[in-house]
Order: sequence, then structure tokens, then C-alpha cells
Amino acid sequence: MAPVGRTLLILGLVVAVYGICASIYGVRTGRPQWVDSGRRAVYSLAGLMTVAWVILEAAFLRSDFTFNVVWQHSSTTTPTFYKLAAPWSSQEGSLLLWVWLLSLWSSLILFLTRRRIRDIAAYATAVLLGFATFFVSLAAFFANPFTTTSTPPAQGSGLDPLLLHPTMMIHPPMLYSGYTLLTVPFAFAVGALITGKLGSEWIALTRRFALASWLFLGTGIVLGALWSYTELGWGGYWAWDPVENAALMPWLCITAFIHSVMIQEKRGMLKVWNVSLVLGSGTLAILGTFLVRSGILDSIHAFGASTLGVPFVALLALMIGGGLGLILWRRRLLASEARLDSLLSREAVFLFQNLVLMGMVVVIFWITFFPLISEAVTGNKISVGPPAFRPFIVPLALVLVALAGIGPIIAWRRVTAANLRRNFLLPVAAGLACLVVLLADGVDSRPFALAMFALGTFVLVGVVQELVRGAAARRAMTREAPPLALVRVIRRNRRRYGGYIVHAGLAILLIGVAASSSFQHSRQVTLTPGQSASVNGYAIRYVKPTEHVATDRSGALASIAFGAVLKVSRGGHRVTTLRTVRRFYPAPLTPGVGPISIAFAGSADSVVGLQTNLTHDIWTVINPNLAPLQGRINQGDRVFERLMQSLTPAQAAQPTVRNTIATEQAVAINGLSRQFVTHPWPVTFLLIVDPLVLWIWIGAAIIVFGGLLALWPIPVLLRSRSRARSAVRSHPASPREPVLDHATAMREPA
Amino acid sequence: MDPSRKRVIRLVVALSAALVLASALVYVSFTAGDREVTASQLLRVARPGQSYILAGTVLVGSVRREGQALVFRIRDPRLRLSVPVRYSGIVPDPFAAGRAVMVTVREPSAGPTFVGQGNSLTTKCPSKYQAQAAS
Repeated sequence: MAPVGRTLLILGLVVAVYGICASIYGVRTGRPQWVDSGRRAVYSLAGLMTVAWVILEAAFLRSDFTFNVVWQHSSTTTPTFYKLAAPWSSQEGSLLLWVWLLSLWSSLILFLTRRRIRDIAAYATAVLLGFATFFVSLAAFFANPFTTTSTPPAQGSGLDPLLLHPTMMIHPPMLYSGYTLLTVPFAFAVGALITGKLGSEWIALTRRFALASWLFLGTGIVLGALWSYTELGWGGYWAWDPVENAALMPWLCITAFIHSVMIQEKRGMLKVWNVSLVLGSGTLAILGTFLVRSGILDSIHAFGASTLGVPFVALLALMIGGGLGLILWRRRLLASEARLDSLLSREAVFLFQNLVLMGMVVVIFWITFFPLISEAVTGNKISVGPPAFRPFIVPLALVLVALAGIGPIIAWRRVTAANLRRNFLLPVAAGLACLVVLLADGVDSRPFALAMFALGTFVLVGVVQELVRGAAARRAMTREAPPLALVRVIRRNRRRYGGYIVHAGLAILLIGVAASSSFQHSRQVTLTPGQSASVNGYAIRYVKPTEHVATDRSGALASIAFGAVLKVSRGGHRVTTLRTVRRFYPAPLTPGVGPISIAFAGSADSVVGLQTNLTHDIWTVINPNLAPLQGRINQGDRVFERLMQSLTPAQAAQPTVRNTIATEQAVAINGLSRQFVTHPWPVTFLLIVDPLVLWIWIGAAIIVFGGLLALWPIPVLLRSRSRARSAVRSHPASPREPVLDHATAMREPA
Repeated sequence: MDPSRKRVIRLVVALSAALVLASALVYVSFTAGDREVTASQLLRVARPGQSYILAGTVLVGSVRREGQALVFRIRDPRLRLSVPVRYSGIVPDPFAAGRAVMVTVREPSAGPTFVGQGNSLTTKCPSKYQAQAAS
């Protein structure tokens, strides 16, 4: 099937190039049939890439080791679920996933716009197919997933054990979906700029795609953090690595757009800013993909150095240069229809929030790329690392949370004293009360964390106040029961209340981050069974070692696990029992590595011992030192090497002899493994007591819920009513829009 | 106040804030950074008391434990040359011989082994390991 896959890539390339030409020819000459043909080229590309993807997945499922990418990233013993997910652990497979997702999202938006904004959509088709041409070319000529070998190995290298984690297998497709969805608003922004049709229609049609990309990227980022915390054995969830930052930057940029676009929809302001944010987000998405694939920066998440860098730089240059050129060309059409009335207004808060978000993007971009910048300026590559982010990101995050609290409760256009009293009194009082309680409790050593707790409380109370008032306003009109009124008011205003719920989730998430990063207690200790260590008042006793030798379905050694049972108590009272394990996996046959040594020479991973609750996590991993076993391992290597050397080639080839040797090796390995329990030696533990970590994941789940709520289509009847009201509002009797109160805000178009 | 005057004041304040942020960013970057080097560069430029971020791959067969410390050699990706590092601190799970790592090191006061700064060891994300090219 590999030749079919290769042919599909070439066909995809031809179709994409044809689609670009057809769309541009059609729109330039006013022949709609060519524009339609261009759109159908996108559907065809989606079909071709779907078949190509199915072929690759089938190769993984069948363990077809003639495919290079299959033997390099899978094996016959890889569980089926992970075989399905293994394609995107390779450069080649992930590129195909990129172009497949891109073709699917492109097809969806072009289907939705098939009878609307046809001029803009024609140019957008060309841009989307331009991206597709680029990525199909990479997959076809630089990193082809359908390359084969004439001498396939009997067994594949397998998927790295650290990737055998459900979270990790969802995380990459989420990020790729986020990146590829960002190309949709980018393409329509380019189309709108070229045609000069810069009204709000293209924004209204692509806004959901921007929101979906925000949701996918955010979910991908959080899942990556969760995987890191529970699987990687270092106890952290964010490392400010270049590739992590590459996902965060477009997420921040599109967050800014999601807010500022509301000002354009309501007041016709910030058009240049919005189109710049859309183009910037799309460019940052490609930049992120470039960082992962070029190896230009030393990142723990980047593929090795490759030849993909030059094409990516060319694409980025085209996106930046073309985007700036288009904005300059259309600057007059992008002039604002209104001006900011007051700095104390919701528009101003959104604008400040945008500036803070873009400030974060600038900081992250600068520090991430500083090794390259410094090398260009001084000749030396200088890295500043995670500590350099904190002095900038922490204060900016505090301002952002404050604005996330002010935004939903401040009035549009201009605030009044009555609005201030009515909306701010309770949230501000709650924030101050939180601050006073924490100070009285003696929590005064981390001012930034304290400020985050107080501001987080301010946001949460503000959001709850808005929900209660919205429900009360509806109840006053309909006499519904309070829970029903709340559900219905949210249902009728999903975008608005979904956004508020996201703000609440963000506040909770950042409270968790502030607490866990400011008040973490961590110790690395070496213990023998029976010994204890103390961490932040918890006595952690190493009760007993554990061991387990696992085999796969064929009976071959799968892993050797050395673990520990630890009892945790506080003030003499038992708190919990933790079980942590470190698994050693055998390496592939390597010259110079003995037959017993090889059992310990592959990858290793940790099963984290974790007790989590609403107040704190107790987290531990074991790091058993293999040095005490080394003498016996070397002895085993010598015994089996002598045995192998004593056999003639004919004897060594006999299945019975090979089985006997394999059985003897298994006995030896089991014996070595038992040593860890029968003659335990001191082992090292990393012990961490970390407050409020669970709230990070709860906050993230609330954000996802709020995002889904905002994204969910509203019922047709409500939508038509909203459109009618929108039409009325866009031609008001009075030039000045009244300050929105709850009664009017409830009827905002979703 | 005249609206155009107001806008000029807002612009000046915004630009001033941006300038302060940019200056602080440039200052922190150049003063707080460590030079990122390969093994061969480290051997050439290392000065006592100065810390460097050493990037390379862990030399196969070089990893051993000495008490609490992990001792290994980091190989230059381009040259057949490596430097020894003694590291104490959190060892990420993906750490293994042959893997790409980064660690902050200082020149030792005595002996040839560089001292790794505690908890500074990072290892290539396992989703980005690449096998040898097919034959």
C-alpha cells in the first residue's frame, strides 16, 4: 500500500495546486464555476488525505514493518490503541496528520461559506490550499511517511514507554487541530484584505473557528502539562521550553482576538488590530510548527535538526511580509468607525487586556528566541531559561486576572458611579476579605501569590454575581425556578456566559498555579526500608520494596519494575499509602551490551505515587540505584556470553537450545530482580507536597466547559431572533448606543 | 480635555510602558543568561565560576551513580568528543544513554568533571525521538 500512499500525496499536491489556480482565476475573471471547482478541490484533497491517513493507520495496525515509520515507532507488542496513536510520534506521520486536519477544517469552513462571502472565500480557498501545498510537499519530498525498506526487521523499535499514556496520545492531535484551525481565520482575513470587504461578516463566519482553535490549543497545552506532571518523574507541569512556548504564543494571541473582536462587532473599532491578531495567530501557529520540526532551537520537544527549516522560513517570511503589505494597502478601509469614549469602559478593559496578552507574547517570543538573537548580535548563544520568564509573566498574569474580573462587570462605553457601586462592591469586598483572611492566617511570605488569590476571588465573585443577576432578571420576567432560570439564561446567551465561565476557570487555574509554584515543598532523600523522611509536616516512611518482572504476549521480557510502598502520616495519624515504581525496559540488541545488561539498558519510566485532594498533592517517585546489582549483572553477562561462545552456529540456531537459553536468562533476571526485595539497599525518592494542584486541572476543565458552551451553536429560532435584533441595532434611531444593562445584555447575539 | 490631546497622552503613556518593558527584557536577557555550548565549545571557553548550558547527547556506556550523584559524559553532536558531568538533583524519566540533554554546568575547582547545577537537567521529549534512518 506504500506506493498508493505516495501516489495519493502527489495527487494531493496536484489537486491543491489546481485548486489555487482555479480559485484565483475564477474570482479574478468573475467565473463562479471556477471558484466552485477550487472549493471542490479542497473537498477532494480532504478525501485523498483521508485515504492516505487510513493507509498509514492500517500499516501501523498490521505492524507492516516494510514502512520505515512503522518499525521505527511501533512493534507487534504495542497495544492497539497506541498503534493507532503512534503515527504522530514521528516527524513524517505528524506532518501527514497536519495536512489531513488542515484539509478537513478547510472543507468544513468552505462548505459553510459556499453561498456566502464568495469573493473572500475564493481567496481564502487559495490561501488554505497554499498551506496544504506546502505541507503536502513536505510530506511528499522531505519527510515521506510512505518510504519503505526492502529488508523489514522482524520486530519494530516500539513506541517509547513514556508515550504509553492516554493523555499524551490525545495531546498532539489537539495541538495540531488548534494550529490548523488558526489557518482558517488567517485565510479569510487575507481574502477580506484582498477584496477590501472588511465588514464584520467574514469575522462572524470564522469566529467559531478562532474559538475552536483556542479551545483545542488550550486543551492540548493542559493535557501536555498533565502528562508531564503524572508521567515524567520530575514533579512539574510547565518548563517554559521553546516548543511549549510555541503553543502558548498563538493561544495568547487568539485569546486577545476573541475579546477584541467583540469591540469590532459592537462598535466597529480596532479593525487593524483584529486583522493583525488573526494574521499574527496564524503566523505564530506556523512558527510553532517550524520550531518543532526544524531543530533550530535546542528544545526537549523538538525533532532533531532537519532540512525542513529553509522551507518554513520562506513560508513565514511570506506570511509576515504579505500580511503587513495587505494591512498597509488597506489601512484606509480599516479605519475605526468610533473612538474610545472613556478609559473606564469595557472597551478599554478589553484593549488593556489585549495589550497585556500581547505583552506576554512579546516576552515569551523574546526569551524563547534569545539564543538566536544573542548569537546574531554577540556570536554567542545565550539561554536565559525559566527564571527569566517569572519577573515579567507573573505581574502580567496578575494584571490579566484583574482585567478578567473587571471586564464582565464594567459597562460598555463609559462607567458611571452607580455602575461601579452596583457591580464592583461585592467582588472587591470579597477579594479584600480573602486578602485579610490570608494575611491573618500568616500567609504573607509570597506577595504575588497572595495578590493572585485575592484577584482570583474577585473574579469568581464577579462571575457568580453576573450569573445570579442574569438568572434573577429572567426569573422576574418568567417566574421560573432559580435553577431553571439560570440554565435558560445561560442557554440563551451561550457566548456571553460561556466566556464568564472561562474567566472563572482561568482564575481557579491561576490560583492553583500560584499556590503550587509558591508553596511547594520538595525533598530528595535516600532511604532504606523502615526509614522515614519529613516533608512539610508529613512523615513519609519507606515500608517495603517491591519488584515485578513483566513479559509480553510472546513471553519475552517486557519490563523490570522496582518499586516501593510508603506510608504517609501527619501528627501520628495515617494519611495515605503511596506506591511508586520505576520500570526498566530492555534495549534493542546493541553490540557491546551483555545479554543481562540489555534488560536494564533501554528506556525507563516512573509510576508516580500520588495522593491528590482539594488542598494538596503528595507526590513521589522512586529512583532505585542499580549500582549494587551491577556486579551480578556483569557476572550474568559473562556467564551467558561464555555459554553462547561455547555453542556451534548450528546449535545456536536450534529452537530448543535458544528456548533453553532464553528460559535460563529469564531465571537469572528474575533472580536479580528478587534481590531488590530480599536484600534491599538504599534508594532515592523525590518527595513533593504541593498545594492546590488539583485546582489547576479543575480550572482547566471549567475553561474547556465554558469554551464548549460559547462554541456550541444556538438553536435556529434564537439565532434568527438574534439576527433580527442585530439588524435593528445596526441601524439605531439614536447614534449613541445606550449603556447595556442586564435586560438588554441578555439578548445579545450569540 | 481636548480629545486629540487625550489621545496623544495615552499614546505617550503606552509607548513609555512598552519602552520600559522592552528595556527590562533586554537587560535581563543579557545579564541573567547562561551561554549555551556544546562539549567542544565548553572545553574551549570554560572559566571558573561561570556557568554554561551544556547541550549534547549522553555518551552510551558513560552513565553511572556515585552515591547521590549521577556521573555521565555529554557528547558533542558534531565531534567525537565528550565532557564528564557530575549531577545531583531530579533526573527526568526520559534521561538515558544516547538521548539529547541540556544541563547547566560550572567548571570544577579541581578535577576534570564539570559540576551540574541541581535540578537543571532536561531531556528530549520522548515524542520527538527519531530512530536511525532505514537501510
